[in-house]
Amino acid sequence: MVPLTTFRSRPIGRLVAGALFAAMASMPLVAVPAIADTTLLNVSYDPTRELYKAYDEAFSTYWKEKTGETVTVEQSHGGSGAQARAVIDGLDADVVTLALAADIDAIAARTDKLPKDWATLLPDNSTPYTSTIVFLVRKGNPKGIKDWGDLVKDGVQVITPNPKTSGGARWNYLAAWAYANETFGGDEAKIRDFVGKLYRNVPVLDSGARGSTTTFAQRGIGDVLLAWENEAYLAQNELGPDQFEIVTPSISVKAEPPVALIKGNADAKGTTAVAQAYLDYLYSDAAQKIIAHNYYRPVKPEAADPEDLKRFAALKLVTVDDPQFGGWAKVQPAHFADGAIFDQIYKPGQ
Amino acid sequence: MTDIAAPAPHHAARFQPAATERPAVRVLLTVVALAFLGLFLVLPLVSVFYEALSAGFGAFVKALGGRETASAIELTLLVAAISVPANLVFGLTASWAIAKFEFRGKSLLITLIDLPFSVSPVTAGLIYVLMFGAQGYLGPLLAEHGIKVIFAVPGIVLATIFVTFPFIARELIPIMQAQGTQDEEAALSLGASGWQTFFRVTLPNVKWALLYGVLLCNARAMGEFGAVSVVSGHIRGKTNTMPLQVEILYNEYMYRAAFAVASLLALLALVTLIVKSILEWRYADEIAATRRH
Repeated sequence: MVPLTTFRSRPIGRLVAGALFAAMASMPLVAVPAIADTTLLNVSYDPTRELYKAYDEAFSTYWKEKTGETVTVEQSHGGSGAQARAVIDGLDADVVTLALAADIDAIAARTDKLPKDWATLLPDNSTPYTSTIVFLVRKGNPKGIKDWGDLVKDGVQVITPNPKTSGGARWNYLAAWAYANETFGGDEAKIRDFVGKLYRNVPVLDSGARGSTTTFAQRGIGDVLLAWENEAYLAQNELGPDQFEIVTPSISVKAEPPVALIKGNADAKGTTAVAQAYLDYLYSDAAQKIIAHNYYRPVKPEAADPEDLKRFAALKLVTVDDPQFGGWAKVQPAHFADGAIFDQIYKPGQ
Repeated sequence: MTDIAAPAPHHAARFQPAATERPAVRVLLTVVALAFLGLFLVLPLVSVFYEALSAGFGAFVKALGGRETASAIELTLLVAAISVPANLVFGLTASWAIAKFEFRGKSLLITLIDLPFSVSPVTAGLIYVLMFGAQGYLGPLLAEHGIKVIFAVPGIVLATIFVTFPFIARELIPIMQAQGTQDEEAALSLGASGWQTFFRVTLPNVKWALLYGVLLCNARAMGEFGAVSVVSGHIRGKTNTMPLQVEILYNEYMYRAAFAVASLLALLALVTLIVKSILEWRYADEIAATRRH
């Protein structure tokens, strides 16, 4: 009989065994990162990345000077609807800065973390900045695109995301609708026909705004991109002013992306005071300057740098509360629900 | 991947020609296959490295050194360091139980192990939101005790463990089944304890398959996007893993940095394949021997 101790030593086997035990030993060490000073979490939507990068820095400096307290602002960006959903599911936001009031309403409706009348708690309906929808065209504007009417012409390819999935795309849709409403004097059959024609000129309906920008700018598809004003400028800056031009139409929508304190979360973390200050400071002269510099239209233009303001062309702006739309509560089911107007006028492949 | 139920047969007919096609057809087929691979696999892979290094190695390193990118790399390593050992333990125990013992519910267990392969990663993420989210079954209880699972590291680890669940077990089960239980029986009859048998007989017999399973599991753990994206919360510099960071960088027009991070992930895949090939080449005899036990 061969005693067990003479079994040939197997280094690899031992190595694996060793690794196994080391792994098991280290299992309980799933450390929670230590939190130093005050940390705020701002849950925002996609196009505000650059704006809040600049603003967070300015606010930290301001707060440090005012109170001596060091505050770090963490950012989370994504599609506005998805971000609202994440906050509902427990993403620990101190403040939300989203694309649509409807998304913040959804948080208020499904949790008790902020009051239903959140929009009244800050000036200007809790919107410290606004934006609008403009056109980004290729250098020299080869298709001669000047206004919404040019987008339904044969042979013009329009790039815009899907309004069923993208908050930004709903603004694009409403802007086109507002133009048609004015042009056809409110004749709904003609308006539907116009908007339907426009969407038949869309070769790729991306799911989000940045996806559309990439389709247009990187992949070189399409003649005109419908984009947030700030996105259009950003794309132009990042990808080269020698490649694109911005065309401002005669009429567009006034997009009002609101901000709100998620009091339930902030109270639990003990950050309510600094989170409130973070939102209040958005209305300060210094912040309004940063806002205009990042291509958002400030609610206090007098505080902004005149050079920055010059970039915002004057145009007729229609809000979602205009009688033709009647606010998000009406627009959402009437236009974007399954089987509603958008589904009726847009049938892929036709 | 080897099928669990049917180990590869070793009695292929030896004296028949393998194929009857004329040489021209064979060459044509080979060229088509290579061209296809070149176009859809090699070219994109090369272009990732080309884009990443197009501004020189210094710029490449700088692109990886950004605070948020560095933290994404760190988090990815942490997640892999937890989920791979966890799946190693699970994979070993499950395949050992399945290959060496008969018990009720065995086929159910095999089916369950395969489940993560057939479930969409997005669904895998949503399962955990449903379980641990603030509106989920366990969410309120966890919140009461101040425990964060979703939108924090534990949630990312859980989602990763879920999607990488089958990799190690799937590698081990067919080999262990093919080897049978004679070696273990011999060891036990010679007076070895259960642990001795496991570490000195069972484990050495499957070490190559185990190593390969760990490599695959690790590659997937570091590269998982869908499930992690759902539970991440996308907090910059905190809950973004490397694949999520690639998307962020790309969307922010930081193409070079995006490709730099992407090239690290591609490199991981390449290293995995190379190590696998070396193992198979270097230890071909030994691997064949353990299979034929």
